[in-house]
Amino acid sequence: MLNPSLLNEINQIPGFENKKAFAGAFAAKPNGRMAARPIKFVTPGTNKKFSLDYILDAVGLKDGMTISFHHCLRNGDAVMLYVIDAIAKKGIRDLTLAVSSLSAVQDCLLPYFEQGVITAIDTSGNRGKLGAYVQQGKLKKPAIYRTHGGRARAIETGELHINVAFIAAPCCDKYGNINGVQGKSACGSLGYAMPDAEYADFVVAVTDGYTETALDYVSIPQTQVDYITEVDSIGDPAGIATGSIRVSKSPAELVISKYAADVIAATEYFRDGMVFQFGSGGMAIATASFIREKMLQDSIVASAGVGGVSGFHVQMLNEGLIKTFYDPQDFDVTAIQSLGTNPRHHEISASAYANPFSANPYVNMLDFAVLSATEIDVDFNVNVLTDSYGKLLGAPGGHPDAAAGAKLTVITMPLLRNRLPMLLDHVSTIVTPGESIDILVTEYGIAVNPRRQDVTDMLRGKALPIKSMEELKAKADKLTGKATPVEFSGKLCGLVEYRDGTIIDVIHQI
Amino acid sequence: MNSLYRTLLFVPGNNPGQMVKADIYGADCVIFDLEDAVSIHEKDAARDLVKHYLTDLRPETCRVGVRINAQDTPYYEEDVRSMVSVKPDFLRLPKSETAENIRQLDKLITECEKACGIEAGSVKIIATIETALGVYNAYQIASASPRMIAIGLGAEDFRTDMRMTRSEDGQEILFARNLISLAAHAAGVMPLDYVYSNFKNEEGFIADVRFGKMLGFTGKSVIHPSQVPLVHQVFTPSDEELEHAKKVVAAYEEAMAKASGVVALDGKMIDMPIVVRAQNTLEYAKASGKEL
Repeated sequence: MLNPSLLNEINQIPGFENKKAFAGAFAAKPNGRMAARPIKFVTPGTNKKFSLDYILDAVGLKDGMTISFHHCLRNGDAVMLYVIDAIAKKGIRDLTLAVSSLSAVQDCLLPYFEQGVITAIDTSGNRGKLGAYVQQGKLKKPAIYRTHGGRARAIETGELHINVAFIAAPCCDKYGNINGVQGKSACGSLGYAMPDAEYADFVVAVTDGYTETALDYVSIPQTQVDYITEVDSIGDPAGIATGSIRVSKSPAELVISKYAADVIAATEYFRDGMVFQFGSGGMAIATASFIREKMLQDSIVASAGVGGVSGFHVQMLNEGLIKTFYDPQDFDVTAIQSLGTNPRHHEISASAYANPFSANPYVNMLDFAVLSATEIDVDFNVNVLTDSYGKLLGAPGGHPDAAAGAKLTVITMPLLRNRLPMLLDHVSTIVTPGESIDILVTEYGIAVNPRRQDVTDMLRGKALPIKSMEELKAKADKLTGKATPVEFSGKLCGLVEYRDGTIIDVIHQI
Repeated sequence: MNSLYRTLLFVPGNNPGQMVKADIYGADCVIFDLEDAVSIHEKDAARDLVKHYLTDLRPETCRVGVRINAQDTPYYEEDVRSMVSVKPDFLRLPKSETAENIRQLDKLITECEKACGIEAGSVKIIATIETALGVYNAYQIASASPRMIAIGLGAEDFRTDMRMTRSEDGQEILFARNLISLAAHAAGVMPLDYVYSNFKNEEGFIADVRFGKMLGFTGKSVIHPSQVPLVHQVFTPSDEELEHAKKVVAAYEEAMAKASGVVALDGKMIDMPIVVRAQNTLEYAKASGKEL
C-alpha cells in the first residue's frame, strides 16, 4: 500500500493537505454534512438563453476557478473544445478541468494546456496526448483520478467545488430542462452530469437541440440550470454512440467469457431475482450472452441490471430476462432509444449509482459484476488505468465502485496480451484493491481469491478449471518469461483516488 | 486427459501466438501443422518452433500430434527425425495412398525412436487419405502397422483427384466417408471425419458432424477453435441415453458378478454389442464433463 513518504509528499501539495492513504474498502467512517448548494433565484419569464461570450462574463469566470464537463458524448464530444476555446479568448488562465472522463477526441485540448488556460485535471481518466502531457509532469499539480462514485462523493462533500458546470445537452427547452434521449446528438443517460448540475455554482447548458416546447422527459431539471447557449453541433453522433452491439469474435476471449458464465452459474449468486452488472466491451457482452443462455435454460429472471447499457442489455430487458435497469450511461443507439421509451429503463445519477457516502448506492444491490482489467497481481489488485509500462490509457470509471458493491466480482482478462503477461507480482497501478475482487477468469483457468473460502466451497466438485493464482502466474511466466518490473521515476504526476477519497496509488512521470 | 479423439484441432506450426493458446479450447487433441499451413520458405523455422514448443511448453490437458509433410516432398524425412525426438503422441501423414507409405513411416519412426532412446512404438500414426487410390486402399493403410491409431479423409484433395463437383452438403464424398469408416472399424482403428472448412456456417457444421457420427466416425478434424465445442456437443450423450447406458452397464456388471451368462434389463435380454455401446456412451459422457 501507499508508501508513507509518498503520502507526506502528497500532503505538501496545496489542495491535497488532508489526503489519507487507502486503508481498506470500507475503512472510511464519514460524518458531517454534504456541501452547501448555491441559492438560485429567477423571476418568472426570465430568459436564460445567451451567447457563450455573454454567459462567461455573467458567471464571473476568473483565473484559478474550476470548470466541469461530462463525458456522456464520449469520443464525439465537441463541447469541451468550444467552451475552453471561448474561455481562452477571454484571457482567463489557470483553470482546473473537472470532467467525468476524457476520451481520445480531447487531444485537441492540448494547446490550452500548453498556453496555461488549464493547469490542473480532476477526472476519471485521460489518455493519448493529454495522458502524455500529464506524465511529462507539466501540470501545476498532480492530476487526480477518481472513480465515478468517488467523483460524485467529492462534489457532494465539497472536496471538488465546481464554479461553472458546462453541460452538453442533446435536448434543452427554453426553461432549462435537459435530456439526453432526444435531439440529433442524443447520448442517452446524463447520469455523470447530474452531480455537477446539482452542486456547481453555475450551470450552463450547451445545446444543439434547443426547443421552445417544454420537455416531457427531463434528466436535469430547469431548477438547476442558470444559462442556455445554443450551438450548431455539440458533437459527432458517430463518436457519441456505436451503431451495433459488438460481441467478441476472438476464440480465446470466448473461452474466457464461457468460463466466466460457467463459474457465475455455479455460485449461489446466480438465482432468480438476482441483480448484476456487466460492461459493454466485446468480452463482457459475450459473457452476458452465455449468462443469458443459462437464464433461459434455468428459467431465471434478474430483478435488476445496473451500470452502462448497450443494445444487448436492452435485448435482455425487452425479453423480460431483466425486469428493470438502472442506467448511468448508454453506449449505443438502441440503449439511448430504450431509455427514452421503456418505463422499466431508469436513468440514475453517478451518485445514485456509486457514491459510497450515501445511504445505499445502486452498486450495493449487485449480486455479481463482471469487470475487465489491464493487469492483475497475485493479491488480486487490479489496474484499469495504465498499461504494462505505467502509461495512462484507461480510467477507474465504475470499476472500484462495482467491485466494492457486488457480492461477487469476476474479472475477465486474457493471461497474455501479445508477448506480455497480465498477471504479475505487482500491477503497475493499483486501482481496485484485491479485497474487492473474488474471481479471476483467464483462458488458462480460473482463480478464486483465498479471502473467499465460501466461493471456493461453492465451486467444489464443479467441472471448472480452478487453479491457484500462483499456478496461473507460473503458466504466464512459462509462456512469456518473467516480466521485469517497470522502474518508475520519482516524480509524481497523478493521484489515484479510491472511491472514499483516500489515495490508493500514484501515477509517475515517464 | 480423456481417452477420446473427438476433436483434432489443426494449429499452424509457424504461428507462436496461436500455438501458445492451442490447448485452451478444450480439444481432445492438437495437431501442429508443418504441411499446408506453412509456406516452403518457413518449413525449417516451423519445425524448430514446434520442436521447442513440445520440449518446453507441451500441454498437459490434451494429446499432441504433428502433421508432417508428405513422403514425396524434400521435408518429409527431416520432419520425422526432428519430431520423433520430442515424442509427439502421433504423426499425421498426409497423402497416404498405400500400405507401403505407412510401413516406410513406421520404419523411419522406429529408427528415430531407437536413436533417441524413446520406447519403441511410442509415436503413433494417423493417416490422411486424400486420393482415389488411398480410399481404395483404406483398409490396407489402416492395418499396415501396429502404430496406426486412426485414418481420416482429406476431402479437398480427394475431390480434386476424383474430378468431383463440390456440393454444399457433401453428397459427392459420401461413398468415401462410408468406406473410410468401414475400413477403420474393420482394422480396429478410429475413423476421423474430414475438415469442414466453412467455420462460419455453424448450422451446416453441426449437421455435418451429426451425419458423420451417424456414419460411425468417432471424431472430427477441425480448423477453428469455435468448432471444438460444437463437435463435443454432438458427441455428448443425452440425459436419457446416459441413464439407459448406466442401467445396461449395471445390469451387465451384476450378471458378471453372479457369473451369469445372461444379461437382462427390464425383462429384455441384452446382447454384448448393446453393452459395448453403453460403455462407449459412458466414456463420451465422462469426457463431456457429465456426472456419472
